[in-house]
Amino acid sequence: MKLGKIINYFKKNSIFISLIFLTVHLLLLSDSFAVNVNRTVLLNGLTVLHSENHNLPIVMITMIVKSGQTHEPSDKAGLANLTAELLDEGTKTRTSKEISEAIDFIGASLNATAGNDYITLSLSVLKKDLDKGFEIFTDIVLNPTFPQHEIDRKKQLIKGSLKQREEDPSFLAEKAFIKEVFGEHPYSRLVEGSEETIDKISRDDILRFHSENFIPNNSILSIAGDITQEELIILLEKYIGEWKKIELPERKHLKLEINKNKKIVKIDKDIKQANIILGNIGISRDNPDYYAVSVMNYILGGGGFASRLMNSIRDEKGLAYDVRSYFAAYKEAGYFQSELQTKNETANVAIDEIIRQITKMRTEKVSEKELSEAKSCLTGSFPRRLDTTRKISDFLATVEFFNLGLDYDKKYIDYINSVTEENVLRVAQKYLTPENYILIIVGNQKKVNFNQQ
Amino acid sequence: MRKNNRIRFIIFFILILLLPLNLFAANVQEYILSNGLKVIIIEEHKAPVATFQIWYKVGAVDEPMGKSGLSHLLEHMMFKGTKNYGPSELSRIIQKNGGTDNAHTTKDYTAYFEILPSDRINIAIGLEADRMKNLLFDPKEVVSERNVVMEERRLRYEDDPQNSLFEDVVATAFKVHPYQKPVIGWMSDIESINSEDLINHYKTYYSPDNSVIIIVGDINPNEILKQIKSEFENIPRTKIPERIKSIEPEQQGERRIILRREAEVPAVMLAYHVPNFPHEDSYALDVLSVILSGGKSSRLYQSMIYEKKIAIDANADYVGFSRFPHLFYFFAVAVPNKTPSEIEEALYEEIEKIKKAGPTENEVQKAKNQIEASFIMEQDSIYMQAMKYGLFEILGDWRLVDKYLEGIRRVSAEDITRVAKKYFIEENRTTGILIPAKKVDSEK
Repeated sequence: MKLGKIINYFKKNSIFISLIFLTVHLLLLSDSFAVNVNRTVLLNGLTVLHSENHNLPIVMITMIVKSGQTHEPSDKAGLANLTAELLDEGTKTRTSKEISEAIDFIGASLNATAGNDYITLSLSVLKKDLDKGFEIFTDIVLNPTFPQHEIDRKKQLIKGSLKQREEDPSFLAEKAFIKEVFGEHPYSRLVEGSEETIDKISRDDILRFHSENFIPNNSILSIAGDITQEELIILLEKYIGEWKKIELPERKHLKLEINKNKKIVKIDKDIKQANIILGNIGISRDNPDYYAVSVMNYILGGGGFASRLMNSIRDEKGLAYDVRSYFAAYKEAGYFQSELQTKNETANVAIDEIIRQITKMRTEKVSEKELSEAKSCLTGSFPRRLDTTRKISDFLATVEFFNLGLDYDKKYIDYINSVTEENVLRVAQKYLTPENYILIIVGNQKKVNFNQQ
Repeated sequence: MRKNNRIRFIIFFILILLLPLNLFAANVQEYILSNGLKVIIIEEHKAPVATFQIWYKVGAVDEPMGKSGLSHLLEHMMFKGTKNYGPSELSRIIQKNGGTDNAHTTKDYTAYFEILPSDRINIAIGLEADRMKNLLFDPKEVVSERNVVMEERRLRYEDDPQNSLFEDVVATAFKVHPYQKPVIGWMSDIESINSEDLINHYKTYYSPDNSVIIIVGDINPNEILKQIKSEFENIPRTKIPERIKSIEPEQQGERRIILRREAEVPAVMLAYHVPNFPHEDSYALDVLSVILSGGKSSRLYQSMIYEKKIAIDANADYVGFSRFPHLFYFFAVAVPNKTPSEIEEALYEEIEKIKKAGPTENEVQKAKNQIEASFIMEQDSIYMQAMKYGLFEILGDWRLVDKYLEGIRRVSAEDITRVAKKYFIEENRTTGILIPAKKVDSEK
């Protein structure tokens, strides 16, 4: 079918009146290789991204629903997560067991997870079972029924797993850190919520969250793999033709109050290693400094064995197996953190070294060699971000969510290449705060014997 | 693993099964250099990237008594400098060329890999050849890296109750075979490893005829082979000593261990001795593990998590791709207010069900479909493809993938009942129970 014919067909039959895909070529470094992407916004508001390749008989689907923990009330934290987790636990025509039986029988995998800013659904399916897979995928998005007994079961499971994760000292440290760094903002909470807030969530809350947020004009659908545009259009028409646009509820802007004071949290646990996180508030994803920060952080502690923290703390001093620094950049805010695990007795030395490295980053320019190596790694590794069908599908959805543009691959390279030594120093001074840090120490406090104020 | 990617050590993989389908069989080219080094090349042109992997047939089973963790520490030392490159220089070179590298050690083998833009894959070839012959063992670096590995052990085992349970169960299940020892090594053993131990191990086992190179990606096989020959063919082979001949004697009664330590929830682990691939029973055991725990419709999930609501996690895992006979595990984590005996009983109940009634035809077909699909999906990644060929090489020959496929296709419901009855018996079981002991305090 030619595109014109298809459009005519849908003009008569559906809501997809002007289904025109804009084709963009993501050119990856090497000129001979390109990922072709088609983007369109359907009349019901759903953004569709499509990348066709026929190397393997597989299709990877990613859907982003642009609502996450930022869109749930604080006393019902975990609502977005619970809703996502319950999608495949029963629809108007299928029970939980029927869904998992059907998915497993075709060897597919189906997942839904909530994050800080959005909910992600994904389906991996063989081409030969695409129709069945897509039918179930769209059924759980459009028609979940959230039976009460499934809600009760899932709540118990989430609470149990939260309890189990308390065994993991790095989980305790992370939980304490986000609480301090984000204050009253929803990002300060676990996506799962807490035992107390999970208990407060009712079936009505879930139904409302679903009907208000799982709507086409709040969603992105990304499809990569062995599927042509014609096949895609037929699938969309067949399974989401009736998905109606609804006005999005007004979203209030959430204020972030930044704690400017130094804060130290010690959690006592009878373990061999102190788990340490030191950091502060960071930047949101749309901050123009994001790229300079990426380069700066690569040099400090993001670049693995090429980073200063790894070089000093692991390679020279043998203090830790893993040490890294990280900027988490979400839609509304973000954080900076450095983290490591070292035996309780060497916690103080390790903390001192982190602070020393951060301070150095703020006071001295990085070397030309460090800068050029950071840039060549960040730009040169770009093709690997798109070297599987699953990665392409996820990448396109995320790029769309953050409005990075379909020429993001080219822009990214330019942004990174334009970062100077001065930029790196400036963002280090702006976003690293070695005096007013938040420090979390989970470990045997007697042995750690933290000696600073 | 040398770099921790914050992924928990995975005790249970739901699907590690590698099923070839002739329909999508890759075009594999194999060469053997004059020094015995085997080279496997697979062209894959869908993205401008390539992976280079070198697998050495040496792991924890090959370590001398009292030196557990030697293979793993040697893996770490492989990043600490050669005559030509300083410590960590190799990773830095790979990264600035847009690549990534890492390595992992198991009981059976040690594998190194790089992934790079394909026009730069020769860099990996040069660096791997260099560290195969020119590795330095600066005593200062050895001490420092030993400390790093001891931190790794604290991180992965000492401070992780479930991994500790796993370690204890394995060490109890094997009393003769060196599979008893953890790959990372016992703490005091790690501490005792010196430069001399490392040099001996390196000189003995890092020989071209004890290794295999696998390259998958957007490359020209002739050019790659030429490059490999020029870098590797001059490395002389050594004499590999006789391999261990230990055979684990038949177990004659349940072994039961209790681990009491700080934890939040109880956990139970069962381990049964089973044969390894390509034993005729291995295929049925493989399919059975998927029936038990492949996906949310699987038996353990449906029964223990969904219906009875007594577990937050319930899994089965068959370790069949190993050089020697290994174990079939069951593992369950209790819902906080449930006791270990409740989940233990529930596991036995599921085992008895399989032994008495067997699986349905539909379950067998579903498991085979899952294995097949995961095999095809795996081909999406050049890294996973190379891993698959490397693993089968360690087991003897990459061509065994075909044998594996045929075996899986042959499995019937009766085979599954038969192997369940044969191996899942009390006399053949090691049981481990994790009982939470202390509580967490918090102070500000």
